[in-house]
Amino acid sequence: MRFTKDHEWVSLDGDIATVGITAYAAEQLGDVVFVELPDVGKALKPGDAMAVVESVKAASDVYAPIAGEVTEANTALPDTPEMVNQDPEKDAWIVRIKVSDKAQIDALMDRTAYEAFLDTL
Amino acid sequence: MTHQPLKRTPLYESHQALGAKFVPFAGYEMPVQYRDGVLAEHRWTREHVGLFDVSHMGPALLTLVAPSGDPEADHAAIASALERLVPGDIAGLKRGGQRYTFLLNESGGIVDDLMIARPIPDDKQGLLYLVVNAGTKDGDFALIEKTLGGVAVLTPLADDALIALQGPEAAAVFAALVPEAADLGFMQTARFTLLGEKAAVSRSGYTGEDGYEILFPAAKAPALWARLLQDDRVRAVGLGARDSLRLEAGLPLYGHDLDETISPVEAGLTFALSKRRREAGDFPGGPRIQRELAGSLTRVRVGLKVQGAPAREGAEIADASGAVIGKVTSGGFSPSLSAPIALGFVPPAFSAIGTRLNVIVRGKPQPAEVAALPFVPHHYARKV
Repeated sequence: MRFTKDHEWVSLDGDIATVGITAYAAEQLGDVVFVELPDVGKALKPGDAMAVVESVKAASDVYAPIAGEVTEANTALPDTPEMVNQDPEKDAWIVRIKVSDKAQIDALMDRTAYEAFLDTL
Repeated sequence: MTHQPLKRTPLYESHQALGAKFVPFAGYEMPVQYRDGVLAEHRWTREHVGLFDVSHMGPALLTLVAPSGDPEADHAAIASALERLVPGDIAGLKRGGQRYTFLLNESGGIVDDLMIARPIPDDKQGLLYLVVNAGTKDGDFALIEKTLGGVAVLTPLADDALIALQGPEAAAVFAALVPEAADLGFMQTARFTLLGEKAAVSRSGYTGEDGYEILFPAAKAPALWARLLQDDRVRAVGLGARDSLRLEAGLPLYGHDLDETISPVEAGLTFALSKRRREAGDFPGGPRIQRELAGSLTRVRVGLKVQGAPAREGAEIADASGAVIGKVTSGGFSPSLSAPIALGFVPPAFSAIGTRLNVIVRGKPQPAEVAALPFVPHHYARKV
């Protein structure tokens, strides 16, 4: 699993990357009450706002960590947004992306580096 | 202003001990939520009792400079002084009564919304108790001093803590400490002895629930806070849920739903304009407010039930043809209704309950319907 400074995680299986937000991000957001997903087929560039996760208080963009095309979105989330708080780094994945350049994933932080990054916040 | 160090309330350490997450709010470091989180804290308040630290707000005393010693004459004098700034009937307040009103500017815009209470004892009739908003208190106090200088003196009660106890079981919880408090009706105040200290208590709040607001000496406030939390029905609730509770209750938040351009009539708060004051128009912006009361209005505050994503402050409101007709002034997710709700301003022609509108969220229109306020019924303990 790799991580971004915007608190997304990426997990690669073949050429499909699964993306979600980290436990730290979910904890910072508080109770998630709404999730907006991208359409399947949408082409993403790194840094594109691809989904929105909203708590009672505020809306937060989820950014594409890598380039690629959305192959699947987690359609359980709009009906059960609380999953994002309960299991952010597994069942509450947000999208799956067909990766165009795997090197972009290698360039992201590993868990040790991400945890060191969290310590600086 | 943005670089001044944040102030802390007398209960800061109590919040820390409860695992509060702090945010800057109106110059204070305030608990936005505790370990339970906003949704659970909100629901707990609707079902049981929430305990809130609102010490960042601005309690103050307004005192007549030259009291005559005649209690009724002194109340009349202090009330008539304050009525130069507010459109509420202060002269007609009964002893122990509390009233919601506004400081107005010369064009009838709202400088702040505030509570005013009249003390009970004979020797305190030349005095009024005020509570203004946190973010506006310095300006409010300066305006009051400037306008009433020579007649009345304003004394901020900056060293006291203000605690709100809110929810359907609040009366039962508080009666265990102060049995006489059960006799207060909604918007009535009295002074009681609580943990050996003098407490100014009012039956009021800003959640839509029954409850009390308690002004208490700072040094003993952590002990009172801890004592109230000993009751299993009571849990600490942060500013996050305070905001979602007041939004469901349809209560406006100053700086968002109210500002210096918006009048009480536009904001749908005419209940706070007494008959005598409306007819006389003898307050700042009187002519505008009288015109608006006669029907000359370009915008009014409405409640919206929103489909889809929550519409936040600043979201545009459009009519069925797509024309932008107004803006959301506060909005979010209603834990009680499990749906997004919002407050905003639209022209009167679009303000009827059931009118179908759209809110623009992230560039896309979403259906929204004008809804009756409050979104969730109030449960006040009205007596008489």
